[in-house]
Amino acid sequence: MSNKIHVSTKVNGDAVEFLCDPRETLLDVLRDRLNLTGAKEGCGTGDCGACSVTVDGRLICSCLMLGAEAEGKEIGTIEGVAEGGELHPLQRKFIEHAALQCGVCTPGILVAAKNLLEKNPDPTEEQVRYWLAGNLCRCTGYDKIIRAVLDAAEEMRGAA
Amino acid sequence: MALDEVKEIVESGENYDTDKEFKYVGTRPDRPDGLDKVTGRAKYGADHYVANMLHAAVLRAPHAHARIVSIDTSKAEAADGVKAVVIGTDLPEGLTGGDLHLQENTLARDKVYYDGHAVAAVAATSALAAKDAVKLIEVEYELLPHVIDVDAAMAEGAPVIREGEQGPTVPEGMHPNVVNYIEFGHGDLDAGFDAADLVMENTYKTEATHQGYIEPHACVGQLGDDGKGEMWVCTQGQWFIRKMCAAVLGLEASNLRVTPSEIGGGFGGKTTIFSEAISLALSRKAGGRPVKLVMTRSEVLRATGPTASTSMDVKIGMKNDGTMTAGKVVFRMQGGAWPDMAPTGMALNCAFASYDLPAVYHEGYDVLANRPKAAAYRAPGSPMAAFAVESLVDEMTRKLGLDPIEVRIKNGAKEGTKSSYGPTYKKIGLLECLEAAKAHPNLAEKLGPNQGRGVAAGFWFNHGGETSVSMSLGNDGTVTVSAGTPDIGGSRASVALMVAETLGIPYDHVRVNIVETGALGFNEPSHGSRATFATGKAAVEACNQAIGEMCRRAAKRWGIDEDAVEWKDGAVHPAGPNAGEFPPMTIKKIGQTMGRSGGPISGHHETTAGGVGESFGAHVVDVEVDPETGKTTILRYLVVQDAGRAIHPSYVEGQYQGGAAQGIGWALNEEYVYDDMGRLQNPIFLDYRVPVASDLPMIDTVIIEVPNPGHPYGVRGVGETGITPPLPAIANAIADATGRRLRHLPMTPAKVLKAIKNG
Repeated sequence: MSNKIHVSTKVNGDAVEFLCDPRETLLDVLRDRLNLTGAKEGCGTGDCGACSVTVDGRLICSCLMLGAEAEGKEIGTIEGVAEGGELHPLQRKFIEHAALQCGVCTPGILVAAKNLLEKNPDPTEEQVRYWLAGNLCRCTGYDKIIRAVLDAAEEMRGAA
Repeated sequence: MALDEVKEIVESGENYDTDKEFKYVGTRPDRPDGLDKVTGRAKYGADHYVANMLHAAVLRAPHAHARIVSIDTSKAEAADGVKAVVIGTDLPEGLTGGDLHLQENTLARDKVYYDGHAVAAVAATSALAAKDAVKLIEVEYELLPHVIDVDAAMAEGAPVIREGEQGPTVPEGMHPNVVNYIEFGHGDLDAGFDAADLVMENTYKTEATHQGYIEPHACVGQLGDDGKGEMWVCTQGQWFIRKMCAAVLGLEASNLRVTPSEIGGGFGGKTTIFSEAISLALSRKAGGRPVKLVMTRSEVLRATGPTASTSMDVKIGMKNDGTMTAGKVVFRMQGGAWPDMAPTGMALNCAFASYDLPAVYHEGYDVLANRPKAAAYRAPGSPMAAFAVESLVDEMTRKLGLDPIEVRIKNGAKEGTKSSYGPTYKKIGLLECLEAAKAHPNLAEKLGPNQGRGVAAGFWFNHGGETSVSMSLGNDGTVTVSAGTPDIGGSRASVALMVAETLGIPYDHVRVNIVETGALGFNEPSHGSRATFATGKAAVEACNQAIGEMCRRAAKRWGIDEDAVEWKDGAVHPAGPNAGEFPPMTIKKIGQTMGRSGGPISGHHETTAGGVGESFGAHVVDVEVDPETGKTTILRYLVVQDAGRAIHPSYVEGQYQGGAAQGIGWALNEEYVYDDMGRLQNPIFLDYRVPVASDLPMIDTVIIEVPNPGHPYGVRGVGETGITPPLPAIANAIADATGRRLRHLPMTPAKVLKAIKNG
């Protein structure tokens, strides 16, 4: 209990500091210490992707990284996907396409899909499916999710 | 519509005129909770943090069947940060029946019945401290022989899981693990089989699968010594949580206030309690401090509601032209170590529900096994029944060289058919689904080598249930609806659409809140595909009540007779030229002036909703089977289903697609795997592998609308039927592709390869 680690990091562009137990995951820290509950714990073993965040631009499962490892990094979470109060095209398209039912996987999928479109602005359906294969959704059968991502990509290409 | 017409509709409740044009119903607006859910703001079960909160961890048995000799919690109690420890004997004694079973499953008292059964729990100042402390609890077990498989559990010499649980209908001489027996049918079965040109019978097995909701069970419970408590919980039904926790802990239900969180999937699995009462028991012991209890994925898979595993015999008679003459099923189902958890009765009822048969006979056995207490899973019992019956129908159809859709059309249930389970169908849409499937472009696609096409029909009863809804008018003319059915897939949107339609006001002038147990009368959960049906129906009736009041206010203001006004397009109008000339009084105006015209205006309706309409569907799947690995790839998938009426078609399609995806997982991959000690071998998502995005193609949907006259807008309920046809449809497609018939799910690559090799 006493050997907490002091960590300085950046989350969604803002500098933050926290103390954490060496065993706490980045997900635990985001949720329990930083009040950022958008990332969800669906499995704790890196299989469901509900806790997806980016660390220095790389997509990871935050349940598989320790909070202490965030030192000096830049973390991106669902709470930072909408910028300046304006929804990201993916967020708008998810609502428009009814790409969520219960919505608990949605934050992780949006973070993952945004990361994909940053790397590949013009993915095929198959590329979207394989990129999102680490993000489980039990409600939708993925159909509307894939359509929403492809539609958002098209809109973003048009705007670029 | 005039006031007396409104009244008549409120009172009759049935046989609505559903053949109307609609302004809002059938459109696809953004869902009201969409913004919260794409920004991470929506609060689910584990997202709740309150002052002075403790964290719980649960100790679970590593044995399939064992007697608890002793539990020593002293070391845990002395550990840093620990504020309370509870074990089974801390819970009140003297419960019976279903309440006792809930309590036994909450915390084992004398025996553990399955790997993962909870035996003790700790509340501590942090989640890590609680996890560390449970490891200090010492439990001595006396191991007992166990049984996992349903057929093995019924066999002579099988370990007896419970004494004295056998129901009165169970035939004499059966093993004590057979706790219930069901038998029914109609028509002359022998004559039916005699009239057939082809009679076939086979045995089918399905393995237990899990609902697999992505959000693990989570709650924050608080309970004082005065017996008053609060709970925040992810659930499909806050009143069920209240009722069950109160029973398990010996509380008065009204002293427990339960607030539902947003829910991260349920599929039936969140209609009961697992660990919720533990958080309350810990809280009471810890001086009333709130206790957060969040399950891990392993806990979810080991200790919460999988569905039954089954062993099923089917016999069918068919004439050379495809006419079915008789059907018989014998289903054996285990639903864990407690009676009445396997959906045996519903599976039997569903078995031949899609057919118009002169003679049917059903027999079912409810069997105990050392597995977790089963919970409802989307159309409980129907997918297994469909797998058995629709597989055999397909096999016979192929043998007779007939078209599988034509055979189903020929024998399909329709309005006036006496259903296999008793009632005579009113308006239903099975034949419309089959015709639409037949006409779909997917059926024109040519199949290549190692590819096959499979067809199956599916069915679910749908459900009305206890429902209580309120609506109130704001002083700006907007409307708030209080509903008791958690929004698990867009029901806020569908209810808001129906309210907007009824009142004639814009969709975004309606806010639907899902409320806590103190705010309404009892509501059943969002189960049985009932949320849009029953909550929608009650919301419409509540609106009609408010319309009546608004009409009275306007008539009084105008000094004319109440019957001389009518409600139209969000305003009260004089009903005709004789009523006098008055400008319409809008809902906004009524809202602004209601304080002076008699006070707040609201509407309320409560009912055990009748008028339920069955939903039938037909699926067509194209697969390719890799002859070298046995792996099945879904090439195309078509869902056709009768919605009655699709209030928000996007979310109806979503239900169809989601049901199909779960069914595909059940058919091809998902199963509970046990070792010879009865321990679950795959309690993580890596090994209990549900379909991922790269496993599936787009899932095509066709919404059939044969309106249900028992709902003001024709709704049937769409959530469940979609999971039933995939199991047999895929088996039928694999048979078409390989010439091999698989009768034991899941049809894994290993099983398919073996079937190909062995012939």
